[in-house]
Amino acid sequence: MFSEEEIQKVEELKSHYPSNLSAVMGTLHMMQDKYGMISDEAITYVAKLLDVPEEKVLGVVTFYEMYHQHKTGKFKLQVCTNVSCMLRGSDMVLQTIKDKIGIGIGEMTDDTVFSVHEAECLGSCGTAPMMSVNKDYHENLTPEKINELIDALKAKA
Amino acid sequence: MTDYQPVLLPGTPDLHKIDVYEQHGGYQQARKAMGMTPEEIIEIVKGSGLRGRGGAAFPTGLKWSFMPKDGEKPSYLCVNGDESEPGSFKDRQIFEFNPHLMIEGILITGRALRIKAAYIYIRGEYEAWVQMVEKAVADAYAKGYVGEKMKETFGVDFSCEIYVHRGAGAYICGEESSLMNSIEGIRPYPRVKPPFPAQVGLWGCPTTINNVETIANVPVILDKGPDWFKSIGAEKHPGPILYGISGHVNKPGVYDLPTGMLLTELINDVAGGVPNGKKIKMVIPGGSSMPPLRGDELEGVRMDAESLKEVGSAIGTAGIMVMDEDTDLTRILTRITHFYKVESCGQCTPCREGTGWMLKVLNRMLEGNGTPSDLDLLHDVANNIEGNTVCALGDAAAWPVKFTIERFRKELEAELER
Repeated sequence: MFSEEEIQKVEELKSHYPSNLSAVMGTLHMMQDKYGMISDEAITYVAKLLDVPEEKVLGVVTFYEMYHQHKTGKFKLQVCTNVSCMLRGSDMVLQTIKDKIGIGIGEMTDDTVFSVHEAECLGSCGTAPMMSVNKDYHENLTPEKINELIDALKAKA
Repeated sequence: MTDYQPVLLPGTPDLHKIDVYEQHGGYQQARKAMGMTPEEIIEIVKGSGLRGRGGAAFPTGLKWSFMPKDGEKPSYLCVNGDESEPGSFKDRQIFEFNPHLMIEGILITGRALRIKAAYIYIRGEYEAWVQMVEKAVADAYAKGYVGEKMKETFGVDFSCEIYVHRGAGAYICGEESSLMNSIEGIRPYPRVKPPFPAQVGLWGCPTTINNVETIANVPVILDKGPDWFKSIGAEKHPGPILYGISGHVNKPGVYDLPTGMLLTELINDVAGGVPNGKKIKMVIPGGSSMPPLRGDELEGVRMDAESLKEVGSAIGTAGIMVMDEDTDLTRILTRITHFYKVESCGQCTPCREGTGWMLKVLNRMLEGNGTPSDLDLLHDVANNIEGNTVCALGDAAAWPVKFTIERFRKELEAELER
């Protein structure tokens, strides 16, 4: 599931720690980035690659929010609705998205381009309201900004 | 405060670049530290009065002194940049604008604690910032400031490695023993203490965990001296601190200022006051886990550990969340409890089950089906979580509920009537 180059990256990662188990998270991040999810096959692959028990890898996958065992949209819209964002308009963010692409929290568009997720505080309280799209942060959101952003993403889809 | 110049985030253009950092005296303090004994460094930090900036405000020098001076096992340093406490967004600024100050702090701390390696733990969602820090670490390696080359660069018989470990989205990993388990690659349930990390930490070895901002203060202390540091801000909790001000203020953001400032000054002057001149209903002074304060009782309250303790709250991460008079407190409390319910790691029954029950009752209130006795029920559940869990995050889930009910009962009862 990994190229030679990616396997080299995993080797480098392993060298940071006295135990291979510590490299599980980083390797899973690579898997998540490459395939957009962590499949059962990926769990087996990572366990073999690092020579660690498969159940340990599964235990890590199921604990963390960022490893998905199911496909999400190509663009993951993660809207922070925690207090600081709520106070500055996260309701507006969700409503604007809903008006624009017709989906809300926990839903995905039929073409699988977008999925919307409720995020816990992402550390943008000073630039609220915000959402992240995959790894990028979009802050100080307004309806105009959100509409423009979604149009730009649609063009890239 | 008038003549205070920011030291953690001085605003120097391109300071994140290693050349610029060096031009401004960067890595000279690490050089100085390499010529000192570990004990000398610890004494200086003790003398400065530096206290941890991650939440507990524990004296840093004292924490360091718990580390063994010899022994066969290697020692480790973990730099906590998990930054997941709602209302906290300060460490991110150091990653972005002054990462070498943190790296230099790691080198000095590393020397003091005789570490083999340091792990900078950064929350997974900060992927862009992980990359910034990785770049800064790689540049520091290339210049010979980190790793084996340190011996030559600094002419010292000491070297340590620095690695970045990326989290994957779990609030609990900001708890120090959970963070260590996360680095070890097992499910990050907090550990029972004792043993404490200085005895049994990462891979069973002596370990110290310090917040990013705490570490960033270390080169400043060596540069300006412990007496200078002690003279800044509150006497018992001195130094520069990054206040993160958010919510209903005109100029939200992170501000590098002395500890012990008046909360009213921070809100009204530094952060530009409340929009439309509204009154303040509630302020949470240190991230969402900390007991909230009433807007009509803010006069004279100062932002340092001792002053906030006196008024029944705590400094936490100094993330100040401001809520104006129109804020729906039931909704705020429901959202906060939703957070703790989702983020409870599930290890301890009181927290795992209690947060779920509190959320259920709060949702009922939010839907207009609550009764005043629900407030007593919530208070009771919160009391049964507090102090009954392996880690302090049980208290973190209980406090907002408990203290909002105790301090805002009238407001909450009025909201029940809607």
